[in-house]
Amino acid sequence: MTMTENRHNKVIGTRLLRREDPTLLTGEAKFTNDLDIPGALHLAVLRSPHAHAKIIKINTQAAAALPGVVAVYTGADLQSMWAGPMPCAWPVTAEMKNPPHYPLAVSMVCYVGDGVAAVLANSETISRDALDLIDVEYETMAAVVDPEEAMTDKVIVHQDLGTNKSYTWNLLIESTEGCVEAAFKSAAYTVSERYVQQRLIPMAMETRAVAAVPQPFGGDIVLYSSTQVPHILKVMTALTLGIPEHQVRVITPSVGGGFGSKLNVYAEELLCVGLSRKHKVPVRWVEERSENAQATIHGRGQVQYVELAADKDGKLTAVRVRIVADMGAYLQLVTPGIPILGAFLYAGVYDIPHAYDFSCTGVFTTLTPTDAYRGAGRPEATYAIETAMDALAREMGIDPFDLRKRNYIAKEQFPYTAFSGLTYDSGNHLAAAEKAAGLADYASIRARQVKQNVPGATKRLGIGMTSYFEMCGLAPSRVLASLNYSAGGWESATVRILPTAKVQVITGTSPHGQGHETSWAMIASEKLGIPPEDIDVLHSDTAIAPLGLDTYGSRSLPVGGVAVAGACDKVIDKAKLIAAHQLECSADDLEFADGTFSIKGSPDRNLPLAAIAFEAFTAHNLPDGLEPNLEAQYTYDPPNFSWPFGTHMCVLEIDIETGKVDVLKYVAVDDCGVQINPLIVEGQVHGGVIQGLAQALFEEAVHDKDGNLKTSTLAEYLVPAASDVPSIVTDHTVTPSPTNQLGVKGIGEAGTIGAAPTVMNAVIDALSGLGVTHMDMPASPHHVWSAIQAASTK
Amino acid sequence: MIPAAFEYKRASSADEAISLISQFGDEAKFLAGGHSLIPLMKLRLAQPAMLIDIGRIKDLSYIKDGGDHISIGALTRHMDIENSALLKAHVPLLAHAASHVGDAQVRHRGTIGGSLAHADSASDLPATTLALGATYVAKGPNGERTIAAKDFYKGFLESALKPDEMLTEIRVPKITGAGWGFQKFNRRSQDWAIVGVAAWRNNGSSGIALVNMGSTPILATSVSAALAKGASIGEAAELAAADAAPQDDLNASSEYRVHLAKVLVRRALEEASKK
Repeated sequence: MTMTENRHNKVIGTRLLRREDPTLLTGEAKFTNDLDIPGALHLAVLRSPHAHAKIIKINTQAAAALPGVVAVYTGADLQSMWAGPMPCAWPVTAEMKNPPHYPLAVSMVCYVGDGVAAVLANSETISRDALDLIDVEYETMAAVVDPEEAMTDKVIVHQDLGTNKSYTWNLLIESTEGCVEAAFKSAAYTVSERYVQQRLIPMAMETRAVAAVPQPFGGDIVLYSSTQVPHILKVMTALTLGIPEHQVRVITPSVGGGFGSKLNVYAEELLCVGLSRKHKVPVRWVEERSENAQATIHGRGQVQYVELAADKDGKLTAVRVRIVADMGAYLQLVTPGIPILGAFLYAGVYDIPHAYDFSCTGVFTTLTPTDAYRGAGRPEATYAIETAMDALAREMGIDPFDLRKRNYIAKEQFPYTAFSGLTYDSGNHLAAAEKAAGLADYASIRARQVKQNVPGATKRLGIGMTSYFEMCGLAPSRVLASLNYSAGGWESATVRILPTAKVQVITGTSPHGQGHETSWAMIASEKLGIPPEDIDVLHSDTAIAPLGLDTYGSRSLPVGGVAVAGACDKVIDKAKLIAAHQLECSADDLEFADGTFSIKGSPDRNLPLAAIAFEAFTAHNLPDGLEPNLEAQYTYDPPNFSWPFGTHMCVLEIDIETGKVDVLKYVAVDDCGVQINPLIVEGQVHGGVIQGLAQALFEEAVHDKDGNLKTSTLAEYLVPAASDVPSIVTDHTVTPSPTNQLGVKGIGEAGTIGAAPTVMNAVIDALSGLGVTHMDMPASPHHVWSAIQAASTK
Repeated sequence: MIPAAFEYKRASSADEAISLISQFGDEAKFLAGGHSLIPLMKLRLAQPAMLIDIGRIKDLSYIKDGGDHISIGALTRHMDIENSALLKAHVPLLAHAASHVGDAQVRHRGTIGGSLAHADSASDLPATTLALGATYVAKGPNGERTIAAKDFYKGFLESALKPDEMLTEIRVPKITGAGWGFQKFNRRSQDWAIVGVAAWRNNGSSGIALVNMGSTPILATSVSAALAKGASIGEAAELAAADAAPQDDLNASSEYRVHLAKVLVRRALEEASKK
């Protein structure tokens, strides 16, 4: 039973302003690089200017002689400091090839930006100056920047592996052997599409920053890092450096965005810890912007071959997918698993038979490693199925919305067990889609198109849509085990009621913009009947919140938020025993509402939680054997993923003389179940949509054939600004999740998942009358104009 | 994003600035609004040993009526040009172009003299002042000289200024009542133009210049000549790139730039005929 069904919420569902914002907006918030750390040495990392080269010789003498430089190290100098290579926590197959990856390269560099030497100096400026004085002799080798070319093994990134192929992961679901092939043979309609998910640079507003501070006596170390994953970082730092885990404390100050790029364990974190131990002084590092574009992971980077088979009515009969996924030069924390997170979603929101054939090969290239980026595998999958659905509609000559209606999983089918064996918890795709169509004025746009998109028209009108399902709320631990992931997917919360009835909520999630302090206080307030302002939320310090699995994969609310509710329940259960004792009744006779226990039928006989908190603290009059204090820790391992869904629509005009796309209207109808704070939900949707729209229209990490990044500054890497994006119409439907007590689903990635295919479908819709049926992202004016030229000369 | 070390001196007058730069020679750079130089220094693409800050020379920020022209002090900020009633009345093309430079923060810091002296063909004001037939006043150790905008731009980030000269004034002929058009084509509003066009027409004469269509701002003389001979806007616009040699970059091939120049010149001239 969900909270919305059994009670009237008072706090949940209100548009409470975020308590995080005042310090962030006034500049009072402290980020890692704002910390005052007396005596800290500054680390700078010399990076390879070559994508693929042998290191012949490194001369550090001139750098070491620069006044203010304390030490200069090469990879070889530090090799004895590491207990093991940097971690990849997701060996997706037993045979997966994973080249050893150390914080500094020792004999080979494999991408532009690979670290080759480290400087410690008394100031940041001196550390940077010293880099210019290090002389490295390289023997350059051929680069390989295209993942499909990497598949040929003509240029092998890691010679010792003998191949660029890291792994091939298959998911073949057939009701009878060969039924996928048979479905394609007997299909009335098929489409076969190739899509390129360009590499994207996450470009968090705050670049990475680290400070490692050895504690006096005993060898403890405090690691400050701008990370999404303090708990994972703590374990991995301990393992990689051979430090007992209990001696590492990770603190994450305010974090200026991550988008998955800070879901990692990075060389500089390990270098700061290792060198601070070696020198017995604090060591700090902050990343430069262009360094961030090369040394922090990239996102996406896939080539997708997608085939759909459909019967004469357009009902899907089989899906076949082949992926080449660009791993980059090394496997970072979860690199190989990213495409696998999308593997189950290539049938989207559609009711398909057991005829699904997915295969993904991960390949090494001489480029920056890829890893999680907002949506991580799921935007790629949604893009493929949703743009292929539009291609199928064109093939059939029917409206793409009509085609979708013929294939949606109907609301009566939920909970729906999919071909993959996964259960979609709840959904109502048609309702969300019809709401979006109403807001976008779908029918009248179609009518306007007929009038506007005539031969000779300069501006052509297009409308595109996407209906998506997101598999998020990572994740049921047993499912993660089946995918070979090296950790669980639970989350922990502790709720502590202080003697004065103020509350501390301690969460294992690690917010970096999501507003957990506000939302978790609202959840606890709703449960405990204590006002949100009396509830403090503590997080992101492994000494305060020792248990946790951090923030990524739209997991925080459906796992961590539900854990908060569970911990509240445990506290209430304990308080109830005290109330029963003092009211001299049976616990079963008590009901709890609005922060007060009262005897059923005798509401005047009651005891507020605030009074019980004090009783629990004094312990003067507790039931025999009951421990004093009101505190409970609860760990929630979700029984299922959470499955938010929705439909997005985009109306745009294209200037066919210049190729410029002008988005006129963007509608997002998202269903994340019960909304804790609609203001925060809308913020997540806005940011997510803009990030997806940015992939469709603006952003692309461009490399030359030698592996040099041509878009390493914000002048070339086109993150759109507020003036470049449309205002977004947000709306929602509410279909509570039946798998958790709050009825909630994640919303952090939904916008990004929906937006890119929505925009691209609208672009093709505007241009299909001119014969343009395909375009790779981003739909830059030059791409659009070139596609129109190419179609007109066909 | 940390520049190499440099010395810093602040000049309180143009004469002091010129005397300082004569002392330090090639190693020194003038710093005005800093919106071109500082980013290059942060990337260590420019490593001047000495910065001479001219940003606080007060008497070089003005917009004055000079009779047949408007005189603009070199340190006048873009925002002041954008909002000048005098310019809006007599050279609205320039006021409008200034409103398209960068974003609001850039326009509050950047100066017209800094933008012109940087001589970036992708910037809006070099081409706009070129289209307007402006004259620049440069001051050096031997006094002042004037340089016509068409003689000023020598190559990529290269101008006719000598290392010990600084721009002090920009004189822009009035085009009171003329039709004008400004087209800036880019992907994000705050970016440099992929291609831009500044154009005005008055009776038989016209001035049309192109942004980012070569290593310098380009005066589209072929278009003006065709218009003078009575060509239609469409016909004249076909000659937009006749005087240009555009480059390839991440945003556009040279072929696409040539196409854009034709479209945008046509649109700018159509705009001009409506104003």
